[in-house]
Amino acid sequence: MGLRRSGKSSIASVVFHKMPPNETLFLESTTRIQKDSIHSFMDFQVWDFPGQLEYLEPSFDLEDIFGSLGALVWVIDAQDDYLDAVARLNRTILTVQQYYPNINIEVFIHKVDGLSDEYRTDTFQDIVQLISDELSDAGYENAPVHYYLTSIYDYSVFEAFSKVIQKLIPNLSTLENLINTLSNNCGFEKTYLFDVLSKIYIASDTRPVDMSCYEMCSDYIDVIVDISELYSWDHPDRKPRGEQGQEAESHVVLHDETMIHLLEMNKYLCLVSVIRNPEAKEKKGLIDMNCRTFQEALNDVFSRSWEQDQDPEPRITKASGQPDE
Amino acid sequence: MDVRKKKRKVLLMGKSGSGKSSMRSIIFSNYVAKDVRRLGATIDVEHSHVKFMGNLTLNLWDCGGQDAFMETYLASQRGNIFSDVAVMIYVFDIESREVERDLDTYNAIITALKEFSPNAYVFCLVHKLDLIQAEHRQRIYEERSALIRSRSEHFAIDTFGSSIWDQSLYKAWAGIVHRLIPNLTVIERFLQAFAKRIGAEEVILFERSTFLTVTSVSSEVGDLNPIYDRHERLSNIMKAFKHCAARNTHTTPASAGFVVMHTKTPQFNVFLGRFTDNTYIFLVVPPGEAAYNCAVLNTMLAREGFSKAAAMGHGDGFPLPAPETPDGDVSTSNSDSTRG
Repeated sequence: MGLRRSGKSSIASVVFHKMPPNETLFLESTTRIQKDSIHSFMDFQVWDFPGQLEYLEPSFDLEDIFGSLGALVWVIDAQDDYLDAVARLNRTILTVQQYYPNINIEVFIHKVDGLSDEYRTDTFQDIVQLISDELSDAGYENAPVHYYLTSIYDYSVFEAFSKVIQKLIPNLSTLENLINTLSNNCGFEKTYLFDVLSKIYIASDTRPVDMSCYEMCSDYIDVIVDISELYSWDHPDRKPRGEQGQEAESHVVLHDETMIHLLEMNKYLCLVSVIRNPEAKEKKGLIDMNCRTFQEALNDVFSRSWEQDQDPEPRITKASGQPDE
Repeated sequence: MDVRKKKRKVLLMGKSGSGKSSMRSIIFSNYVAKDVRRLGATIDVEHSHVKFMGNLTLNLWDCGGQDAFMETYLASQRGNIFSDVAVMIYVFDIESREVERDLDTYNAIITALKEFSPNAYVFCLVHKLDLIQAEHRQRIYEERSALIRSRSEHFAIDTFGSSIWDQSLYKAWAGIVHRLIPNLTVIERFLQAFAKRIGAEEVILFERSTFLTVTSVSSEVGDLNPIYDRHERLSNIMKAFKHCAARNTHTTPASAGFVVMHTKTPQFNVFLGRFTDNTYIFLVVPPGEAAYNCAVLNTMLAREGFSKAAAMGHGDGFPLPAPETPDGDVSTSNSDSTRG
């Protein structure tokens, strides 16, 4: 949600429909609520609200809109006068908060690509200040509101959306623990668990986020997906010559000895890691094996979470059972 | 001239603003498509040497296309510009409003070329095709190339439709480069035999810095691939990734590159690696882990054989044993040893 022309539909198209950012110029303005179902490792629906819609009016059924909502993404155009947007956001938060206190409120301060660095931080602080002041005036302290600086012209919007989605994943901490164990044992610089379709990462190790790693990993997924498109045609004469695993696996070594390793986890997810250790090449077999163990653990976590089982902990020890030394 | 150092003069001509320097920058100087907005107009002639495939050096003359320059090329500099030309690339802007005048200029240039280097290859690129709606592209391109052909005197020209915003640019330039490579038939014969022996569906050689397709062979099964523009698309994909890698490892795109890339999927396996100093080899083999590893090993061994032959001074730059020696003696013996 957000005011009109703040970039809501552009974000949705770029993230979920792989639209090149410069083509979003041609998007029409949204006139009705666009419901977009994403089927991936977990199914979720993205509702794109037209900016001019006055959904707080009594004619709209609040239960229908906010009832099953996990996260509310509010987009603010940072290049525009944002007082209006902030006021409206506050009204929305206060309304929503009364009935549905569990909704995460995520504020995207959008279109920051056009601002200089200094101005960007100023705007960010200004908006954060405005919102939290007004909320605490209304007697509502420590609201669960998170802020992100985004732009569709770089990877920040994917990053922000990743964070939003991660909050909705029930066993994120388990996943993070698993990935941490794996990357510590294998000497990975940074590891991401990607959703292949949207290139949102649903979990990563807990080291500080490095934009360049994310960029390379996400571009590498593109490379693999594109190459697969070129050579995955079906023909009865194409016959395999021997045994091979069912999952796609790939790695590339760059000119500076950096290795990017990619392993398909299941239909929707793949694990991508950046390895800066030049010796990793010789230990490829070990890395592969560790990743496979991780894959088993991951699938266990997911199958268990569907059965509402609370205790996937023992799996972690299993993953760390084969240290890479 | 020394056979081992082949210099080919390539003229890049066309009307002002038609996109000559833009495409040169993208193909040879690692620009990305949106960077070309920064380029200014070319004044007079810009010379650049592009090393291509080791011994083959392209001596690129990027000729500014404003009318005043065109007149001097045709008058006072006529001999200087048009002599010893191996290739002329003439760029037409599809959006041009004065087609007839463009063709007149083109015809004048062609006449001058005929006078000084009658054996040159001529390539005409119908450029900026992205500005035409997709459904009309093919038709308009064909009409335009027929017009161009009718004004080309005796030259048998090749025309390509191109745009810097998609892979068609790579198709056009790969076509041009393909014509320029010495002893191409030898290379192709080798690759054919090599592909057959390792059971590859497709083997493609890419030039290292430009990622243009040098040549490719495919097996009977590989020929059935329904995607015809896959080579250009690969060039595009790999070059985009190279840019990304360069950005994120703090180097220039020119020095960034890949050492190896392995990809295994349930439908196919792909190997990309350095082959000679200036080429990457791209193998597509059917799934099967053991067979794939064999193929990779064989490629490595074939490469060693190549560089050894190069050190001994066989061939000219693409270091092949003399054509009459069957390629078998490199790869057969190796495949035996690896399979054991």
